[in-house]
Amino acid sequence: MANSTNWMRDREGLGLWEHRGKVAVVGWGQSHIDRRWDGVTMDRSCGGLTKEACLKAIADAGLSPDDIDGLITSPDTRAEQTWAPRPYFAPPYDTEDGITKCSAQWIQKQLGLPNVKYLKSDAPYIGPMMGLAAQAVGDGLCKTALVWYPMVNLEGRYGHNNPQNNKNEAPGPSAFTLPWGYQSGAMFNNLVVFQQYCKRYGKSHDGLAPLCINLRRNGLRTPWSYYALHEPYLITREDYLTARTIEEPLVIHDCDRPVNTCAAFIFTTAERAKDLRQKPVYVLNHCQNNNRGRSSMATLDEHQEACSSLARKMWQGSGLTAKDVDIFNPYDGYLTFTQQFLEGFEWHGVKHGEAHDFYAGDIRVEGPHPFMSSGGNNGTGRTRACLFSDSLEQLRGTAGARQVTVRAETALAGCNTPDSCGFMMFSKHPN
Amino acid sequence: MPSMIPGLERPAPVPNELTKPFWDACNEQRLVLQNCTACNRLHYPPAQKCSQCGAADKFIWKAVQGKGHIDVYFVIRDSRIRGFRSAQPINFAVITLDEDPGINFLSNLPGTPPGKVPVGAAVELMFEQTSSGQMVPEWRAI
Repeated sequence: MANSTNWMRDREGLGLWEHRGKVAVVGWGQSHIDRRWDGVTMDRSCGGLTKEACLKAIADAGLSPDDIDGLITSPDTRAEQTWAPRPYFAPPYDTEDGITKCSAQWIQKQLGLPNVKYLKSDAPYIGPMMGLAAQAVGDGLCKTALVWYPMVNLEGRYGHNNPQNNKNEAPGPSAFTLPWGYQSGAMFNNLVVFQQYCKRYGKSHDGLAPLCINLRRNGLRTPWSYYALHEPYLITREDYLTARTIEEPLVIHDCDRPVNTCAAFIFTTAERAKDLRQKPVYVLNHCQNNNRGRSSMATLDEHQEACSSLARKMWQGSGLTAKDVDIFNPYDGYLTFTQQFLEGFEWHGVKHGEAHDFYAGDIRVEGPHPFMSSGGNNGTGRTRACLFSDSLEQLRGTAGARQVTVRAETALAGCNTPDSCGFMMFSKHPN
Repeated sequence: MPSMIPGLERPAPVPNELTKPFWDACNEQRLVLQNCTACNRLHYPPAQKCSQCGAADKFIWKAVQGKGHIDVYFVIRDSRIRGFRSAQPINFAVITLDEDPGINFLSNLPGTPPGKVPVGAAVELMFEQTSSGQMVPEWRAI
């Protein structure tokens, strides 16, 4: 049940998902997107943008607020700091709720949702949160769930305001990482694994350039994206290779750009989905990884096995195989780990050590291998939700300039990193 | 004596009940790791139970030789951590332990210029002091 981590499908051998094809996504809403909140405009605050996304999702599904009986969200908004000690605002913006997060209770009250019986404000980050939502509907904890994922970006340099990075002490597990400059989050360990990958397969950082260039191209074909709205230009190979170095060889274009936005989705039963506005996009399975490496740094071997295991869980639960997956949108928060998913799932036959060669081929949306048709987080701004919303749009056939020309009947999307992630298989058909 | 690396102010590890024997040994310039006597598996960082056999009460602290090799590295140029901003660019390397290459350590490779890292080279153990005086293991190329 979705009240603990027991709901996770993070072990092999669980067989077909018991709710395969019985849960559908029927609504999606994307708010406006800015680089940061200006601290003044309330309808562009976390709460304001979340309300916008949720109302769009409900309208997209052809539902009314009375139809919503489940509310699911995550506090993982990546704000890294609270609004305090600055003064708060008039209600409902008089606490952190609505400013740096947006709880189920806050949205229930602000949108006036009278029939909610299941509220969950402490779901994990979006990958497993989507799985939790599907499981909650399948398990009958609610029938129609409104699910949202805000990303919050306040003023200041990202990460520099994280208290852990400004202390003289390294408590708990950080005692074995922080004294050598290890930063929490996905960057460092995955850059270690990337370096191991390059060493093993004779590859180098410039092999990521074609992926980066194509993600921006796809992102510019996403009308709501950060880059389409605020920086509408392509990047070149030279731009990528000469970009500002963050942790050599990682450059700024390898890092998804923090933004201020929110996306929302509507999950409901396949039965309820039949007569709604949108054609249902069915959930065939969800699965998760919750691994940890043996020692200080997880290794390439461990990440490769994690992704292979993730793939086996997905195939077992969905009944599909790699050749059945039309749309593939794995996480690209740092470009260094996206290849692990590509090779682990063996999408379009890509095996270990072959990702950079694949990137150098035709991965455009109009080509035969439209990898990450979403544009990913690098191409749209760090929403994380774009991986899922593009999957929906491709299956609906409403992706516009990003619409792939190959078959689009199934889609696989997920995030975050190889050792800690949640993925979901979507289909136009329930079986 | 602070770090050999100019400008570096390492955050100081805070020992707890689990990790105190490790950090105490570091202050004596010794490297000790947990070893599961049930299945003879080393653990680093310290763990509550064996990741191989699951035993929770079979650990002993075992002294290991301070010999290893440089696996991979990158160069920190834009750290989020205050004590490293004044030292960058600075190496960030992964060291595998010769006695068990499945065990790895982090290192800034004191004495090796940033970006001039001999990948695959042998390293030997040394210790450096942090802001509280607590010693931490470090490694230098030989």
